[in-house]
This record gives sequence, C-alpha cells and structure tokens, in this order.
Amino acid sequence: MSYWAHFRVWRGDSDKGELVDYPAEVNEGEVVLDIIHRLQQTEAQDLAVRWNCKAGKCGSCSMEINGRPRLACMTRMNTFAEDEVVTVTPLRTFPVIRDLVTDVSFNYTKAREIPSFAPPEGVEPGEYRMQQVDVERSQEFRKCIECYLCQNTCHVVRDHEENKEAFAGPRYLMRIAELDMHPLDSADRQQAAQEEHGLGYCNITKCCTEVCPEHIKITDNALIPLKERVVDRKYDPVVWLGNKLFRRGEAANKNR
Amino acid sequence: MSSTTDASTGRAQISERTLRTDRWWLSPLLNVAGLGAWVIYATVRVFMQSYYFTDLPGQQYSYLTPFYSPCFSVGCTPEASHFGQFLPDWWWLPYAAISLPFLLLFRLTCYYYRKAYYRAFYLSPPACAVAEPHKKYTGETRFPLLAQNLHRYFFYFAGLVTLVNTYDAVVAFINKDGSFGFGLGNIILVANVVLLWLYTISCHSCRSIIGGRLNHFSKHPVRYKLWGQVSVLNGKHMQLAWTTLASLAITDFYIMAVSAGWWGDPRIVG
Repeated sequence: MSYWAHFRVWRGDSDKGELVDYPAEVNEGEVVLDIIHRLQQTEAQDLAVRWNCKAGKCGSCSMEINGRPRLACMTRMNTFAEDEVVTVTPLRTFPVIRDLVTDVSFNYTKAREIPSFAPPEGVEPGEYRMQQVDVERSQEFRKCIECYLCQNTCHVVRDHEENKEAFAGPRYLMRIAELDMHPLDSADRQQAAQEEHGLGYCNITKCCTEVCPEHIKITDNALIPLKERVVDRKYDPVVWLGNKLFRRGEAANKNR
Repeated sequence: MSSTTDASTGRAQISERTLRTDRWWLSPLLNVAGLGAWVIYATVRVFMQSYYFTDLPGQQYSYLTPFYSPCFSVGCTPEASHFGQFLPDWWWLPYAAISLPFLLLFRLTCYYYRKAYYRAFYLSPPACAVAEPHKKYTGETRFPLLAQNLHRYFFYFAGLVTLVNTYDAVVAFINKDGSFGFGLGNIILVANVVLLWLYTISCHSCRSIIGGRLNHFSKHPVRYKLWGQVSVLNGKHMQLAWTTLASLAITDFYIMAVSAGWWGDPRIVG
C-alpha cells in the first residue's frame, strides 16, 4: 500500500541552507533512506547523502529525523503517521559539507589521541593469554559501528563547540573503558581519561545510550564504571587503606 | 547561545533548538513534579518533630518512621531512641540530623538522580538533541559538581543507615510488654527496608566495589558471580530509586497517621 508523504529535507552547505519541502511516494516496508534515494531519483537529483550498507552495520547514514539522531536505513516509515511531516537534517554537532553530509573528522582526531592497546613488558604478540570471562565484558563495546550518533547527541559538544578540544565524547571514553578493563593492557588509562580526555565533562544524562543503534549500554557499562575506577584511584578511602596495608602499587592495581 | 543553533562553526544553519516532534518535555516535567513533591513532603516531615513514633495510650506496638531514625535528639521519645540521645532539641535541627544529610547526599550524588535532575532542573540537556540554555558548560570537572565523585563515601554511610532501618523494622515486632506482635505496619516497615536494601545494593558504586573494578574475573569467581547479580539489580536502579522514594513516603505517612490516631494499625498477631 503506498501513500504520499511530506518530507522536509535540509539543503545547503556551510555558508547557507534551508529546509526544502518535497512530496515523496512511500511503499510498504520502506525506510527513510529509501525515500531519500527516491528523492535523488526524482525531485532532487543533486541531494548529497552518505550511505553504504543499508543494513545498520556501516554507520554511514547517520542523520537527524524529526530532530532525533538516527540511522536513516534503520528508521522505518511505518513509525510515522501518513500525514506526518518528516523532517530530515544533517548531524547538528559536526560541520556540514553539503545537504545531509557532515564532516566527522572530529571523531578521527579523537580516536588518534587514545594510545592503542599496550601489552605488558616482555609479552610479545602471539603470547597473549587470557580467559574468555575476563574479556567478554568489553566485547559489548566492540559492537560499535562508528556511526557517531552518540558523539552527535552528547550535549557537551553539541551545545558547546568550545568543549571539543577537551572532551573525547562517549564513543572514545568507551574505548578507554574497554582498554582499561582489558586483562592485558598495562597503560594508565584512568588518569588519562580524567585529565586528558575530559571524563569529568560527562554528566551521565544517558543520551549516548538512548541513540545507540547497537543498543550498547554506553553510560551504565562504560562511562560510569570508568568514573568509578577513577574514584577508586583518587577518592575511595577503603581502597586507599587497602593499598597502604597490603603495600599495593599502581602495577598491582592494574593487575587486580 | 547554544552551538547547536549557532552556525558560525560551519554547522548546518538551523535556528530551532530542536526539531523533535514527540513529547520530549514530558519526562523532565514529571521528574520536576515527582522530585519536587517528595522534597517538600520530606522537608515538612523532618522538621515537624511529632507523629514519628507510635506511642498513643493503649497502643502496644511501636513503629519508628525512617525519617527519624536513628533518633539522636534529646527531644525524641526515649523509647524511639534505640542508640542514645545526644543532639540538642532545637526546632531547626531534625531529630535524625546525623543520618539525614548523608542519605540526602547519597541520593543527590546517585548516578540515576544526577541524570534526572541535570535534565529536569538544570536543563543540561532537557532532553536528548534539545539544545540547553547555558552559555558555558564544565560538567563535573570543577567544584561543586566535582564532589559528585564522593558518592562512594555516601554509599558506605547509606549502608550503615539501612542497617539501622533494618534494626528498627525487627524491633517493631516486639510489643511494649515484650511479646511478639505483627500488624500491617510491620509489613510496611519490612517492605520499605527490603526496597532500601535493593536500592542501596543496586548502586553503581556498589557494582564497581563488588567486582566492576576487577580486570581478571577469572581470579575472583565469587566476586564475579556477585557482580553479575548486582549488575542485574543495577539495571533496575531507576525503578528502585523511585520505588524507594514512594516506600519511604508511604511508610512515614502510615506511621504519622497511626501515631496521630487517624486510624489504628490492623493487627494480625498481638
């Protein structure tokens, strides 16, 4: 059963832009990305959109649909009423290149700022031994498809451009949490998280979790545990006393 | 001005704070109403300094409301002070002035309540993808919000106070003449204590202390198992946060009503 929907798509570049109205035919089972493609074939042949897999696994078609950060390929048209206006805009946290395509290089910069996995001294590749139970917690974080919806929706940088320098964003704080929880990683991630990657900016309002298309519990399983690990280290009197009594140093703390 | 609506940084020029069409404002509104109502009720009750202990003539049972436990003021009814009296009896000093500030701080620094009041009261942000009104934002990097990291201390203290509440609930089964008694009030007190334990144990700090801080679960099988169980409870932390607010208010109101003689406690035994 098809019907005609009313689409409003943001068209423009970094200098100027506006919401443009388009009528668009919608067929049963279609998603928003299908309609964007139909507009490219009919009404707006120069409409720029980034997409790839159409299966919710590449993270390319991130955009804002009726103001909510979503993957266009995973947003079914039957979630809207037939007479509802569907507004599609680019991600609002990153500089726009053209139409629905944004420059997400902020995220690549932040990724490069995190030192990679650091095995203990003397342990060579091929000699890594670890139990499944020790690594499965952080495997949840490996489901990330780098769609940057969490980075886009996080108000720390979305509403405050000036914080982009100091704050890595939920995706990369999750990466630090993953490395800190790794049984063989020997780098000091906790101090770096707090002092270099802006963990303190996060006020755990959970928008990153709400928008994650992979349903990763970013806040509860990565950010809060990371904050708690910083607290272990810097503020907890019982941990401090335990370290003093049993003469545990930083290395032992990492190897717990 | 929020960067969301400011296109000077090369972002798409969209002047609306949000293009969301759903009722995003409902959740912060309900939080303001719910938390506000509870704070007003609790404030009135802790400064009332009456109707906190059931000791009307003829009442064999004795219930103490959690809002007055432990009752350390010299103004407390002696039978309500299970752990002594040493605080002066001033109108502006709650009878449970030792425990209440820590319980308040435990809830104030709780990760769930932080989310709720940052969104509802500070509008930071009011909802996801809705621009906040503040010009600057430093989050929890500076005083006073840096002190949110002290949640761990308040968790330890809240555990102690919950032990005291548990003691109160157990003592309430003993009538004034030393016999065993059991009424609706006991059920309410026990239910409240069970919920308080669930809320306290499901805390994110507890989850970290129990096992979250470990990197080698395989070396600590007992703590790993406990961590798994606390993690399940932790998933219900929001629901427990609200349920315990309700159970505390209901328990207090019930004891106030019985203490004031508005209604009697239906007794099952004794």
